[in-house]
Amino acid sequence: MKKVMIGNHAVSWGVQRSRVEVISAYPITPQTQIVEELSDMCADGRLPARYIKVESEHSAMAACIGASAAGVRTFTATSAQGLALMHELLHWAAGGRLPIVMADVNRAMAPGWNIWTDQNDSLSQRDTGWIQLYCETNQEVFDTTVQAFRLAEQINLPVMIILDAFFLSHTSEPVDLTDQEIVDEFLPQRVAQYKLDPSDPHAFGALVRPDAYMEMRWQQQEAMRDTLRVMPEVDEAWGALTGRRYGAIEEYRTEDAELLLVTSGTITSTARHVVDARRSSGEKIGLVKIKMFRPFPTALLRSALAGADRVAVLDRNISPGHGGIFAEETRSALYDVPLEDRPTLFGYVLGLGGRDVTPSVIEAIVDRTREAEAPERQDLWVGVEL
Amino acid sequence: MSQTIIKDLMPKDELLASGHLACPGCAAPVAMNLVLKALGPQTVVTLPACCWSIIAGPWPQSSLRVPLFHTAFETGGAVASGIKAGLAARGDTETTVIAWAGDGGTFDIGLQALSGAAERNEDIIYFCYDNEAYMNTGIQRSSATPWGAWTTTTPTGEPEATPKKDMVSILAAHGIPYIATASVAYPVDLVEKVKRARTIRGTRFIHILAPCPPGWKTQNDETIDLARQAVQTRVFPLFEVENGRNWRLTVDHADEPVAPYIRRQARFKHLTDEQVERIQADVDDRWERLQRRIDCGT
Repeated sequence: MKKVMIGNHAVSWGVQRSRVEVISAYPITPQTQIVEELSDMCADGRLPARYIKVESEHSAMAACIGASAAGVRTFTATSAQGLALMHELLHWAAGGRLPIVMADVNRAMAPGWNIWTDQNDSLSQRDTGWIQLYCETNQEVFDTTVQAFRLAEQINLPVMIILDAFFLSHTSEPVDLTDQEIVDEFLPQRVAQYKLDPSDPHAFGALVRPDAYMEMRWQQQEAMRDTLRVMPEVDEAWGALTGRRYGAIEEYRTEDAELLLVTSGTITSTARHVVDARRSSGEKIGLVKIKMFRPFPTALLRSALAGADRVAVLDRNISPGHGGIFAEETRSALYDVPLEDRPTLFGYVLGLGGRDVTPSVIEAIVDRTREAEAPERQDLWVGVEL
Repeated sequence: MSQTIIKDLMPKDELLASGHLACPGCAAPVAMNLVLKALGPQTVVTLPACCWSIIAGPWPQSSLRVPLFHTAFETGGAVASGIKAGLAARGDTETTVIAWAGDGGTFDIGLQALSGAAERNEDIIYFCYDNEAYMNTGIQRSSATPWGAWTTTTPTGEPEATPKKDMVSILAAHGIPYIATASVAYPVDLVEKVKRARTIRGTRFIHILAPCPPGWKTQNDETIDLARQAVQTRVFPLFEVENGRNWRLTVDHADEPVAPYIRRQARFKHLTDEQVERIQADVDDRWERLQRRIDCGT
């Protein structure tokens, strides 16, 4: 069934199709429509879930942690300050190996107050142990939501689905809502390996001494490594049922490319247009979209980028005192590529706080990357310096 | 009433194992033992950070024979809400879900999550075992610390300057179906209250005073006697509140003077007689207000 809907409602429908059992959420712009729609779905019976209307994002995540530990499928959504407020509990969810799924609508952090998109909220949670999946279209948002539950429950790690504020959250696109029977085949009811059960009592999250703590973290890291294998399998299983696949990264017109753009989120769609236009005038240019940021698809990215002369990474985020975060991680991934195959990497910081990234902005980046002798610095600020 | 008879009155379930890690003389495991006896094995314990995070034992051990979920300091009310919802989502509405928090996790850092749970009238029992300071981190003041007390952050040169926060009134203002205060020195009263709470649906709050020998600077063998004296001096009266109204005392309270109770705790040893009189006046004032609530039924 195809419907025209905003990205936020694509999340809600993904949650509905996934038969989530407990939702706990708190409103924040620009996420709010996700949980408003879920409230309606719970009220009118389309989704027979328990919806806990908590007093903060902090308690939203805490209640999801409790429900997930009881063995059921749980969901919440947030943005920016709300996600930052959850920070401690993101560690509890991941360290507790709880397959919670959360949507984060990428919104810039205050101050100054700003409700528009950038990625600093989700990237600030990089090291909490959550799988992070960035989306480009509303269809991808719906598909990723359903996939996220299967991935989370197979790996026992929480998953964050990430979509750009307004460019996706409030923008309408047609979305094919996969039939319930197909989703049910793809995603059966959660069967928790470990749960709070009075007939089989165990303690969870107790004190762990130095002689065992590292092994716990090792298992978490192994689960992240497994995710590099399992995420594409889940994507393929969904693709076999629906025809829609995304991959951990996507290579777009990368064959024989001399210059490659690296993007994430909705900037990718704009960049595709630029690539198409330049290709039609004979330029050897392509695009690599990073969908999965954690675990970082190092090997895939290395093979996609090695051989190009120049790579321009577009970062709608900044790690103050360092550079754009995707650029830094991509640079790190390329370090093991032999020098003769290693492209020169240009990092561009742009679009912070929702500033438009138009085709002409990307055109300027392409021209500059092609013409510059070398990157002056790790990060060049588009619209400020360029 | 002899000890043997009290023991016979207690439920037989032994859900707290020996070998737990409480300090000698600690009231907290006594309280847990009585509560679990009253609740039985179909119980899940939510445990925000507190002394009990240690008492329960490190991985891979547990001193409880019921499921136990350790969680962040400030989350007792919210995590317990989630556990209850999760169990109910799969049809289990009978398991009792409790939060078991210290005074720091209840009066201070966990107050928001507790207020949220109480306002939503979540079907949980929230227990606060109150040792009147952050004892697990080494005796720092909390908003449950009584006026005049020494702690490591309220040294004798500048002891605790504000009276203990009135948590029960805060919870009563939420209008939750059941609130009680309880004491390890009155096990029959405590068990009766917990059993009663178990039959009620909605948020229930039970506040248990838990004397702490290292924090109160008392002897290990004084704990139960101190708890009894706290009731008999009306420092910690035992009562119930239904739906935010119907306040009712549950035991007889003598009118013993406060001074001997204060003087046996070295955390108060710097206080002058005049300062102890001030504590007496405050206790009298709180008792008077409690009486008025009992008398008018609201």
